[in-house]
Order: sequence, then C-alpha cells, then structure tokens
Amino acid sequence: MAAYQKTATVSRRETLGEDIFRLTLQAPEIARHAQPGQFVMVKTVAGSDPLLRRPFSIHQITDDDQVQILFKALGKGTRLLAGVAVGQSLDVVGPLGRGFSPPATSHVCLVGGGMGIAPLFFWASHLLRSGRPMEILALLGARTREELASLASDMAQLGLSVRSATDDGSLGHHGLVVDLLADLGPEPGWSVYACGPYPMMHAVARQCMASGRPCQVSLETMMACGLAACLGCAVPSKAGAGYLHVCKEGPVFAAEDVAWP
Amino acid sequence: MAVIPDLRVRIGALAMANPVMTASGTFGYGEEFASLVNLARLGAIVVKGISLEPRAGNPPPRVAETACGMLNAIGLENVGLERFIAEKLPFLKGIHAPVVVNILGDSIDDYQRLASRLQMVPEVAAIEVNISCPNVKHGGVAFGTDPAMARAVTEAVRAAFDRTVLVKLSPNVTEITEIALAVEAGGADAVSLINTLLGMAIDIRTRRPRLANIVGGLSGPAVKPVALRMVWQVARAVRIPVVGIGGIATAEDAIEFLLAGATAVQVGTANFVNPRATEEIIDGIAAYLQAGNMASVQEIIGGLRS
Repeated sequence: MAAYQKTATVSRRETLGEDIFRLTLQAPEIARHAQPGQFVMVKTVAGSDPLLRRPFSIHQITDDDQVQILFKALGKGTRLLAGVAVGQSLDVVGPLGRGFSPPATSHVCLVGGGMGIAPLFFWASHLLRSGRPMEILALLGARTREELASLASDMAQLGLSVRSATDDGSLGHHGLVVDLLADLGPEPGWSVYACGPYPMMHAVARQCMASGRPCQVSLETMMACGLAACLGCAVPSKAGAGYLHVCKEGPVFAAEDVAWP
Repeated sequence: MAVIPDLRVRIGALAMANPVMTASGTFGYGEEFASLVNLARLGAIVVKGISLEPRAGNPPPRVAETACGMLNAIGLENVGLERFIAEKLPFLKGIHAPVVVNILGDSIDDYQRLASRLQMVPEVAAIEVNISCPNVKHGGVAFGTDPAMARAVTEAVRAAFDRTVLVKLSPNVTEITEIALAVEAGGADAVSLINTLLGMAIDIRTRRPRLANIVGGLSGPAVKPVALRMVWQVARAVRIPVVGIGGIATAEDAIEFLLAGATAVQVGTANFVNPRATEEIIDGIAAYLQAGNMASVQEIIGGLRS
C-alpha cells in the first residue's frame, strides 16, 4: 500500500464548537489514494517538542481532492495544531492503515461518539456515492449541544438520517449514543460501524455481537509511527495470545477480532 | 568545482555506500518504509530484532511521549527467526542495501543458534547482537551489563558466524568502555551504541505508570548528548569501529557522532518522526563535506578537535 510524506498547505480552518477544529489540507496524492477509515500522521509543529506525529482519521476528502481532519484541542499537539493558520503548511504522512469494509446488508448504521464521528463522514459520503440502494442511519453522541450541533447538521446535509444524543440532554436523547441502538428494532439486517471512546465502542460491539449484527470498530491508541515499525499501537487480539496493531491491521477491525475486556 | 564526496565506509567486512544505517526496531523489516524511502540509498538496513521463536510482546500501553523523546516497552515483539527468513528476507534481498539482522535471546545458546542459522543465509551481510536482554539462566541480569557475559555472548556469535558481527551496547551501565573492551576481546568486528536509556513516566491524574511495563527505553533527541559522550569514550577505548546511535535526526547530529569517532551512524526514532530522515542525512553529510572541500567522509571520522 502506497503512503506519501507530503508538505500540505492548510487551505481552510474552521471552528465547529469550543476547541473543535476542522482543517483542510492540500495533499492531492494522499487524497486520491485514501480509503474511508484510513488515517494520516501529522507533525503538529516543526522540531522536537512534541516529538511525535499525531494520528488523525481522514474526516473527509473534498471534491477537489483535499484532505480534512477533525479534532478537539486537548493536549499539547492538538493545541498547537489548532493554532495553525490558513496558508501555513504541515508535514503529513498517509494514507495509512486499513479502513472500513463494505456492508453485507442494505441497512447501515453509523455510530459516532465525540471526535470519533470524524471518519464516519468520509465513509458515509463513500457509501452514498456507491449508488447501492441502502438506508443509512447515523447515531451521533457527544457531551453537549455545543460539541455536537454543527457536526450533526453537517452529517444530515450529506443526506442521511441523523439521531443525536448528549450527556447533558442539550441536544437529542439525554444519555448515551449507545441507547439509540435500541431504535434499530429487532431487524437483524443492519451493518454497524462505530468510532468513538473505547467504552462506547465496547458497548456497541457487545450489543451487535449479541444480536448477530456485523460490526466494525475504528480503534484509537497511542501511536509513535503509524507505519507498523514501532509496534507501539498494540491491542489484544481475540485469536490467541497475540496483539493486533491499530496502524496496520486496523484502525478498523471486525468487533469479534478484538479481545474486549 | 567541487567533486562528489566519497561516503563509503567499512565495518569489518561490511562495505557500505555511506555511513547511514537504520536502527533496529525503528524501521520494521524495511518493507514498511518502501513507499517513503529509497531503500537502495541506505548504507545498511538493520531489521527489527529477531529471536528464535516469535514473541507477542508486552501489553499496551507500550509507548509514551516525553519531552523531546519517547519511552517504549514493546517487549521485543517479532516474527521469530524462521518466519523472518521465509517471509521478510525475500523482500530485503531485492533492495540493494546490505541487510543487518539484529538478534536477541534469553541465553548464550539462543544467540549461538540464531547466529548458526543466519550463517546459512548468504543475504545476511552482518549480525548485530542486542545484549540488553536479560540472561534468564543467570537471574535475569542483562548480558550487556556484565563484561564477562557480554564477552561470552560475543564469542558464541563470533564462533558461529563468519561475516561481520556488531555488538549493540546498553548505556544502562556504570562504565560502558569496560563492556566495549570485553566485546572487542570476544571478537566483535564493531560496537554500536547506545541502546535506549531506561526511563519512566507517570500519569499524575490516574497515578499510574504511562507504560504497562512501568519502565521503558528512552530514545529520541533527548538522549543525544548522553549517546555522543558514550560514543566518544568508547571510540577512544577500542580499536574496532564504532557505530553511533542515539537521537540522530539530522545530518548535523550524524556529523557530531562521526567527529566523535563513529565510523557510521544509525537513525532510530527519527524514522517515526520524519520517514525521510535517513535520506536527508545522507544528502546533508555529502553537502557538509562538499562545502568543506573534503573528498571523503574519512576526513571527519574521529576529527574532533580539542
């Protein structure tokens, strides 16, 4: 699989809520080879502190072959990235990893929590463009309306049904996004794709495995290289005593391949 | 009109087109970087450390970022000797850069068996012996922290492998020159140093160590001054070539190690940060020599002025 290391100019910087940012990067080679669910490694600042690149799932590929990432400024690296201005450039490596596999059913449910919503945009667009007749439902969760409102409305604009949940009840269901899975009813023909905080993905995976629904999860871990060289991004594998590597065999895994606690 | 400088160096019988190698554990088995680096340009590729049997490695978290560096406790995860030969080596055969196989074991017998098997594989240009592992039969004391054990491992590999043998030294010792002299006496063709420095980080919010293994190896720019000092000390103490490792990210870093007495360098953590680092360092060394009207890299090796 070809990956590229490119100096990408930031062509657009959007604020989507408190500390939530979307950057649009001019990296046409990466854009043209990207598959939904794959990620890029971004050097947030030149120099050695912070030293390592940060992994970001590819949020969207624009119609003019630009790469978008979505993130919350939480740590040192993401705060620096949030301060990058339009016209500045970033060193980006990608596309990396293995993305989402196509659904086996005609009903698709996307479950996103917090910044885990990011890769579901690229995946939803891809599914909609595929021309296959299917019903796509997005269940999106976050802590507050402030965090979720603009992402939920952007997702609805893609042309799919969106249901929201917030921890404080300020938008949609007052509670966990996982609660909304009950709305799918007994219909087993849903393929579920989840990305979000680990407990959320665990709950989604557990429900899907119990009801026989195919489920793919996009995992996030601490990662030094993203290239399967450092082997730092290990997660326990269901098969045997070994580990899966989020950067290489993932970040997207079938829920049943992961050893959940 | 400046001539193109001669970057060639020799480590034992290993002839390299330039002094820039990859450090074990930071470049996979080469293939991982094939679309990002012109592998044929590398002085040599040192692959991820290989043990007799596959190893699953440590539970996560395995890596943690620290100021200008990172800690790792991967646990020597690797595919094992036979799968390496069957699945990884065929790719490496085709790249036209010498292949150095880093080996690790729990006992002297493990090292000898690894070396004997690799002796039968002609594509392996050299072995690098990781002696930072614990000797399971001797209370878990790392081979590389005891001169007698370090020498014994070196002798075992030397007896089984007739091409170039490098021994990679641990910096977690009081006097690294003692270990270097011991492995030189054991028949090593070269020493490479430093391996990672033992370190630790704590998440004060959870009060837990940031690595599941609690402690791990520190690498990256943070360790460079320590590595440079040790390379300088060892280069003055031994007669065999020294390969400098530790926080090398730029040509300037590499030139410092060459001036301190290293015949070659290995680029490690920098591969994670900038996959193109090795090629940029090769170009940068050439540019430095050219700017100084020097015909060969030999003119700067050990060229430190006091």
